[in-house]
Amino acid sequence: MALIGLTTGAVYALVALGYTLVYGILQLINFAHGDVFALSGLFATTMIGGAVFGLTDTSTTLGVVGGLTATFVIAAVFGAAVNSSIEFVAYRRLRSAPRLAVLITAVGMSFIVQNISLAIYDVNARSIPPLISGHTVFNISGVVYTWDAFFVVLVTAPVLVLLTWLVKSTRQGKAMRATSQDPEAAAIMGINVNRTISFTFALAGALAGIGATLYLVEFNIRYDTGFTLGLIAFTAAVLGGIGNLTGAVLGAILIGMIQAFNEGLSWNAPGTAWTKSIVFGILIAILVFRPEGLLGERTPEGA
Amino acid sequence: MRGYRQRAVRASRLSRVAEAWGTLPERTRSLTPVVIVVALAVTYPFYVDSVPTNLPVIKTVPPLHDAVTILVFVMMGVGLNIVVGYAGLLDLGYVAFYAIGAYTAGWLASGQFEQVKVHFGAVGIPSSATGIHISIWLVLLIAAVVTAVGGILIGLPTLRLRGDYLAIVTLGFGEIIPQFVRNGDELHGFDLTHGTFGISPIDPPGFGHTLNSAIGLPVRYDESFPPTPDRLFFWTILALILLTLFCSMRLRDSRLGRAWIAIREDETAAGAMGIPLMRTKTWAYAGGAFFGGIAGAYIATFNSGAFPTQFDFNISVFLLCMVILGGMGSLWGVVVAGTILAWLNFDGLGNIGSWINTTLLPSSHQIDVPKYSFGIYGIIIVLMMLFRPTGLIPERRRKREIEEATHGGPLDQPLYEMRGADEPGAGERGEPGKVPRG
Repeated sequence: MALIGLTTGAVYALVALGYTLVYGILQLINFAHGDVFALSGLFATTMIGGAVFGLTDTSTTLGVVGGLTATFVIAAVFGAAVNSSIEFVAYRRLRSAPRLAVLITAVGMSFIVQNISLAIYDVNARSIPPLISGHTVFNISGVVYTWDAFFVVLVTAPVLVLLTWLVKSTRQGKAMRATSQDPEAAAIMGINVNRTISFTFALAGALAGIGATLYLVEFNIRYDTGFTLGLIAFTAAVLGGIGNLTGAVLGAILIGMIQAFNEGLSWNAPGTAWTKSIVFGILIAILVFRPEGLLGERTPEGA
Repeated sequence: MRGYRQRAVRASRLSRVAEAWGTLPERTRSLTPVVIVVALAVTYPFYVDSVPTNLPVIKTVPPLHDAVTILVFVMMGVGLNIVVGYAGLLDLGYVAFYAIGAYTAGWLASGQFEQVKVHFGAVGIPSSATGIHISIWLVLLIAAVVTAVGGILIGLPTLRLRGDYLAIVTLGFGEIIPQFVRNGDELHGFDLTHGTFGISPIDPPGFGHTLNSAIGLPVRYDESFPPTPDRLFFWTILALILLTLFCSMRLRDSRLGRAWIAIREDETAAGAMGIPLMRTKTWAYAGGAFFGGIAGAYIATFNSGAFPTQFDFNISVFLLCMVILGGMGSLWGVVVAGTILAWLNFDGLGNIGSWINTTLLPSSHQIDVPKYSFGIYGIIIVLMMLFRPTGLIPERRRKREIEEATHGGPLDQPLYEMRGADEPGAGERGEPGKVPRG
């Protein structure tokens, strides 16, 4: 059960990181992020399906590996492009506006992106053929862990390492951290603040694209999948302490496990129908009792 | 000579009317448009059927049945305006109040609880019927109070948070309550909400036989032939809206309302001036919830049912869109924008869509316009925020706030958020070299 939670948590982690990155730099809850996730996922189904790579469950191993890798890259680029254009079209003009205005704009953008998905992909849920085998990795006293679930974790881990390296050790990452601490001082130090913010949005979008493709391995995606999933991922980000990268991953894995235990245990658990309530209940409880999250630092915002 | 004089009289008639208008007392002048609009609204049921149905673009005005729903949504928009517009608290879960109101009506005026038999002033219900049957008028009031208490309960733990955190918590509540309603049919074996089927039928409003024989008020709304029931429902919601508007206006100008606006403009300053922040904000929540509760209970009795599918997150955004389009805090703006948007939602988009499809587009490329309704609302929200953040009919005071915010100066940033002492810009108004910190 914990392992299934780990798989779901891995996807949540990728999305939650997107929220946390953007929040860290702009103090903005990017409501549209979940919908960028859904749109990239739907785009990935087009890539994998008949139109471009034409992968099916009978494709050769090499074909699957090549096709999937290409899809990950393309979905990431696509998500990055969508997310940074949202920033360019809407949020950039509102840099000096009250924060409430930006937040409301984000809600509006969320609906716009969702309807773009609706216009292109209609209301049907899209999925991809089972490319990764559902064979068992190991089986400990009845607890079965399959390759497709393991694959998600297998991809997420290096992405997280890469992200950490990017933020901690590169020039661009340094610029991001500087901007998030103090945009004005960063600008004085010669950092192009607008470009850094764009880059952050692109990075968040890319993570959403990768997350969406991974999500497809296990589930299917509809135009409105992003809304609920985005909220759950946001809860994860808040649980870990918003603005804190490690926290987002930890929170996501915790939320994934809570969800898995809730839906998987047959005794004393309310079950799937109550998942949303439980997750949002946690969200409310954290915001009320510990707004800085598990790993976050206390900010004036929460006090 | 006479002809010249006649011409002069005719030419000056208009200007003299304008002059006479100018000499009227301020109160009369400001009330006249209101009276005209109210008169047009009250007589709406009589001329709605004679409006042609082939008008360009919009085709026709909404039929009476839809008009009732539209007005219920306008009422909710006005209620949300108290929270978002007056107090500046972004509430993304207003639909929760709507749900609480509707289900309160469902519990207190239907056969839902078949274990008990409580009757109190309900009209047209056989006395052998099981369940709780309380007079709808009383239920509206109870629903309002219950919802207001719900608003306080939601508000107390969450209103300490600021801005975007508050938005996300209200959003959470807005998601939890519908899910609770959907799953509440088997709480330890007890059927509280009847799950996805919803509670139906709910008793209709009415005045009973005593008032009917005394002053001719209808016994119950749904027992006569169309269009009478819709007319009765229409006039009732109109009265409720006028009441809401009156209360909302009086609240705005009251001590409490001024405290809300002070908090909206600058929370820290308001707190420093001695306004109890928590209590004032909680009252804004309770006030907004109160009217949301009435609206929810009313639409439940109008539809004769409360169903969990009614309470989407989308509704919250839709209501928010009304407030933003009209202008946050601007009562008349919200009424106008609310009427337009609610009409678009129920009839307008369909009508406009079919007009576009028949006149502008070839039959091979038809667009299902209502399908993209929320995309359209999203575009409205974003465009308004980018280009006209004060709304269509800006409240004078609100407009000044926004202008102050965009034109720089010492009041540049802290419209909603006071900066922390360790952030840039804090304490910059001190003497040069003696910048107060902390």
